[in-house]
Amino acid sequence: MSELSVKHLLGIKYLKEKDIQLIFETADHFKEVINRSIKKVPSLRDITIANIFFENSTRTKLSFELAEKRLSADVINFSAGQSSVKKGETLIDTVNNILSMKVDMVVMRHPNPGAGIFLSKHVNASIVNAGDGAHEHPTQALLDSYSIRERLGDVAGKKVVIVGDILHSRVALSNIFALKLQGAKVKVCGPKTLMPKHIESLGVEVETNLRKALDWCDVANMLRIQNERLDISYFPTTREYTQQFGVNKALLDSLDKEVVIMHPGPINRGVEITSDVADSKQSIILGQVENGVAIRMAVIYLLASKIK
Amino acid sequence: MSQKVLLSSKEINIILHRLACQLLENHLDFSETVLIGIQPRGTFVADRLTRILQEEYGVKHIDVGFLDITFYRDDFRRGDKTLEATQTKIDFLVEDKKVVLIDDVLYTGRSIRAALTAIQSFGRPSEIELLTLIDRRFSRHLPIQPNYRGRQVDAINEEKVKVMWEENDGEDVIYLINK
Repeated sequence: MSELSVKHLLGIKYLKEKDIQLIFETADHFKEVINRSIKKVPSLRDITIANIFFENSTRTKLSFELAEKRLSADVINFSAGQSSVKKGETLIDTVNNILSMKVDMVVMRHPNPGAGIFLSKHVNASIVNAGDGAHEHPTQALLDSYSIRERLGDVAGKKVVIVGDILHSRVALSNIFALKLQGAKVKVCGPKTLMPKHIESLGVEVETNLRKALDWCDVANMLRIQNERLDISYFPTTREYTQQFGVNKALLDSLDKEVVIMHPGPINRGVEITSDVADSKQSIILGQVENGVAIRMAVIYLLASKIK
Repeated sequence: MSQKVLLSSKEINIILHRLACQLLENHLDFSETVLIGIQPRGTFVADRLTRILQEEYGVKHIDVGFLDITFYRDDFRRGDKTLEATQTKIDFLVEDKKVVLIDDVLYTGRSIRAALTAIQSFGRPSEIELLTLIDRRFSRHLPIQPNYRGRQVDAINEEKVKVMWEENDGEDVIYLINK
């Protein structure tokens, strides 16, 4: 097994377990590369990649761009805010115009679920989904699992709880797919209003008591409360949410074990996680960010090697 | 497919000792020199040479590393298969050091070209030398020649030189394989 089974990275749902292992093994090598004094390799010098972001992003966009540059790809960036999309151009037209500039790969974030899948059927380029609405965010899930593997040695058999807004979270869905594929046990925890119906059908358990969830788990992945997606009130106040579903030092200290704390960022300090926890040794949040570059280098390298 | 033995275990051992002596002659105590085995199979040669230098010639300390050249190769996307990387392990600085690149077989020279680029990521060596166990002369694509060579071989392109090591393949032997 030395190549991915897919041509695009549209979601974890389309990957096989061995794809994930190949991405991790490749990321191990890139992690070594990005800790050298010269952090760049020339592999992708004849590849051009367009980063097309129809939705705001800081770290994902930076992380992808850095990964592409460290692989020596040529990079063009496009943000919908400053573009002809505002003049009424369709997605396919936008992308085809960019592709006529001889672009080999498109990294896209889009507010509509399935935008990447739609695009992959209509344009001739390798597509990497950098988040499509509330659907999937595959590279985030890969870097989360990779960080768990790095900290705990393995993902299989580990108990992971995903806490927060499961309903609107593409990070949650991709993480559930990735963790289950690797044989981890997964619980989701949050207010019932932010829990999708039939979430159990994905093979996860629902827990509405954070304390019980933390007692059970090895890893807690704290999701951000996405105020921009909360069109109606899902919980009475942010303060009440924090009291029930936020982690703080006192809560973690009262457990009889050390739970690994993760967060996909950006953090709402004092809401889902307090500052002392976010900056503690238990937290691997900044490690996740570093691993994000290595994982994205691996994904881009492996997909690019299939472009003929 | 036919194969014949190019070098036996005994011959390999004699050649390794000669190469070790040549290295010793030029680098003395190895305080300013580092050995870099090129992955995947140059590492065996580097390990053997290090062992001989330390155990039989009393060199106290040698910095030895492994260099993976996958991401520096010039045939990315040109074959059917994804190029799979292996581990790089260089725990020391190569800045201002004499670097000896070590590989088992020198053929087209393209791997060495990649290694020359790759090693720059770890600093600027004062000089770089090349040691290969087998030198397949007349088949070079690039102007690259070894400073230390074990044995020169005239093999045609259809032939393959396969170097086997006891610790990996069960015995020390070098075959010339006619495909």
